[in-house]
Amino acid sequence: MNIGVLGIGITKFGERWDQGLRELLLDAQMKALKDAKISVEQIDALYTGNMGAGQLSGQLHIGAMATENLNIDKPSIRVEGACASGSLALRQGIQAIESGEAEIVLVSGVEKMTDVSTEQVTTMLMGAGDEELEGFNGLTFPGLYALLAKAYMTKYPKLTRDLLAEVSVKNHFHGARNEYCQFRKEINIDTVKKSTMVADPLTLFDCSPITDGAASIILASEKKAKELGAKVAIIGSGLATDTLSLARRSTLTAIPAGKKAAEAAYKQAGITAKDVDFAEVHDCFTIAEIMAVEALGFAKEGEGYKLYENKDTYFMGRIPINTSGGLKACGHPVGATGIKQAIEATMQLRGEAEGRQVKNAKIGVTHNVGGSGGTACVHVFKKVK
Amino acid sequence: MFRDSPIIRWRNYKDRYMLIGFECTACGKKYFEAKGLCPCGGTEFNEIEFSGKGKIVSFTQIHSGPEAFTHQGNYCVAIIDLVEGARITGQVVDCKYEDLKIGLEVEAVFRKFYKSGEKGVIHYGTKFVPKF
Repeated sequence: MNIGVLGIGITKFGERWDQGLRELLLDAQMKALKDAKISVEQIDALYTGNMGAGQLSGQLHIGAMATENLNIDKPSIRVEGACASGSLALRQGIQAIESGEAEIVLVSGVEKMTDVSTEQVTTMLMGAGDEELEGFNGLTFPGLYALLAKAYMTKYPKLTRDLLAEVSVKNHFHGARNEYCQFRKEINIDTVKKSTMVADPLTLFDCSPITDGAASIILASEKKAKELGAKVAIIGSGLATDTLSLARRSTLTAIPAGKKAAEAAYKQAGITAKDVDFAEVHDCFTIAEIMAVEALGFAKEGEGYKLYENKDTYFMGRIPINTSGGLKACGHPVGATGIKQAIEATMQLRGEAEGRQVKNAKIGVTHNVGGSGGTACVHVFKKVK
Repeated sequence: MFRDSPIIRWRNYKDRYMLIGFECTACGKKYFEAKGLCPCGGTEFNEIEFSGKGKIVSFTQIHSGPEAFTHQGNYCVAIIDLVEGARITGQVVDCKYEDLKIGLEVEAVFRKFYKSGEKGVIHYGTKFVPKF
């Protein structure tokens, strides 16, 4: 597989009270079009990832909104897979090109979350779990990952509280160096440990924030990409699913769908974990990043903590993780996150990640998870010679 | 909001009030939730009533709950392995959070959950209490 990345566009992430769902999406779309240097008529299809607009804005039918924004009438579909919605939209875009029906596709992700109360957002996000079996019992999204953290840290006590906090410290270090990031501020381990408890053992600084934002990426077939001079290609895409609820999962100390999606994407790309120069992973909570680096094969299960002992995951380290700031510092506008990851990978491979640039980056991976692991989607990005 | 629907509550009387689940007639594996296919290949299931006794597999204390649960303040939710073999999720109540641990034995109790919406539909269900 070889799909070109023609252009990228992203809004500033954060509390964007100045813009609504439509305006955020439009801003990202226009920036991507400008970056790709193509005209709107060249777009053959659109896919837009979004999770919560139906509940938080009373707005569904995002597919038509995406084309209305650009005054076009091409096929356009909204894609939902909880927090993995963005990557699923990306995968649909890739498949539209692979099928031969489209040559150029505009893929976006958008989420407008700060218009409503935290309790309403908490309720919406819990739709990613099992409403009957988990939501009814008062379980929250941080609660699901707290259950995973408690089980993991009991089985693997070498992941200490301090090393878990280091995930957040490192992501804020990167975020401070990224201009579209929500929280551009460095923190220390005490900031994490002393912050308000959200769901034991996870505190506020273990959790990704509530964020508004949108991101767009323009994909092209191999032929078009060559013609238009794309500098980055997507060479692998893997998707796997698992149970909605944690209670039905085969394990509470790993996210098996992440591993399966990574294996599928690596196989398609013809690479192994050793070939990866950097990764953008789904750190909705600190424990999720530990499970992600294990799923991607950078460490064995139970040994992810080792990468956080010596700054290995910093942008200048051995295997940089979340140079964008991750979900934690960059923000997590749910449907946009998967596309933001793809944009960060593209910026790194183009050499445009000023202040956090990974040296000699040739292959990057994105890892996006929906729910507590019910969906996982992995993509492999490569620098075009 | 969907949670205000009395029909949903009525439909869930059996599992929420009486912990009724399903047993595969081929291999005997037990499920709390409806199944059509068992990994063993079985497609027939009998209804069974769980004893409500089990052990904590993992647990947490929620400090920031969803809309319907803000009245509870901080509360504990656990994943529990029932003695019959099924794994379910439920709140653990009538105890200090500090006293909970993985492996602790618990048993089911029938409790009010919350009242919702303008219709004031009262939601009941199963919670768990520790057997110290």
